[in-house]
Amino acid sequence: MEKKLNYIFELHKTLSEQNIILVYEGEFSQEITKSVLSMAEKNMDTTNEDLNIKKKVFNVMVECLQNICKHSEEFGGDNDDFNTAIFMIGKEHETYKITSGNVIYNNKVEGLKAKLEKINSLDKEGLKEYYKNTLSNSELSDKGGAGLGFIDMARKSGQKLAFEFTKIDEQISFFSLQSTIARNI
Amino acid sequence: MNNINLEGTEDTPKIILDATNNIFEISGRSLPEDCATFYKPILEWLAAYEPTQKVNFEIKLDYFNTASSKMILDMLTRLEKIKNKGKEVIITWYYSEDDEDMHEAGEEFSELVEIPFEIKSL
Repeated sequence: MEKKLNYIFELHKTLSEQNIILVYEGEFSQEITKSVLSMAEKNMDTTNEDLNIKKKVFNVMVECLQNICKHSEEFGGDNDDFNTAIFMIGKEHETYKITSGNVIYNNKVEGLKAKLEKINSLDKEGLKEYYKNTLSNSELSDKGGAGLGFIDMARKSGQKLAFEFTKIDEQISFFSLQSTIARNI
Repeated sequence: MNNINLEGTEDTPKIILDATNNIFEISGRSLPEDCATFYKPILEWLAAYEPTQKVNFEIKLDYFNTASSKMILDMLTRLEKIKNKGKEVIITWYYSEDDEDMHEAGEEFSELVEIPFEIKSL
């Protein structure tokens, strides 16, 4: 007999192998953001995670989730399925990994890449200056962003941001982003 | 002018702007979806306020997102303008003991405005 439900087992195996403790796939909103944050906080509370680590994970999660909310584009017509994104938290012995993936227009790729490369080229002090300059000189965009999200994720995680763009077609790409937060073990 | 007294929620801070009792405080968590709309009445209140006594603006936030940090700087800039009109204004920034990031955030804000800034651990 054909196993139509086998994908569930495969998905479960993949998530276990990658040590994923929480995954959300679908449309993103502030309500979803609050629910995801609350689940992750409960998980860290039950394992008595260190306060500073807990706050860093929370911080990076908020920026990541709100970024997706603000920039999830309205893809009409044939691209209706792309108006969803994925968010995951992986927990290993020494790190938390916060990962997101969402669809963006190809014309956004270069700008995003340049910004992320700039952030990754800076050290702790450089990031602090970049943050302060952006904070003093920027206005909130019409989407409500301050242009500080990625800088903050890099500062709070203390590690380089990992990112990849996968071209889907002539119009859109898939943007994957991962922040790693070290646990003090 | 009317006092502002907002209860905190899971994603918005508790805010007291009480000219009658001379209490000015923001505490809790700040990560609203639309920061500009949430903070608009607060910024307008501060822009219109003409104190008759010393103002101690107390910031006791556990957490704020990056869009809120922009709004915090805007509040501090309003307070700086009050100070520049010859009024006495101080900011007290509280952070939980051991919360290094909130301690550092207080120091950074203190470098961005010209107002006496006290940073204290709770």
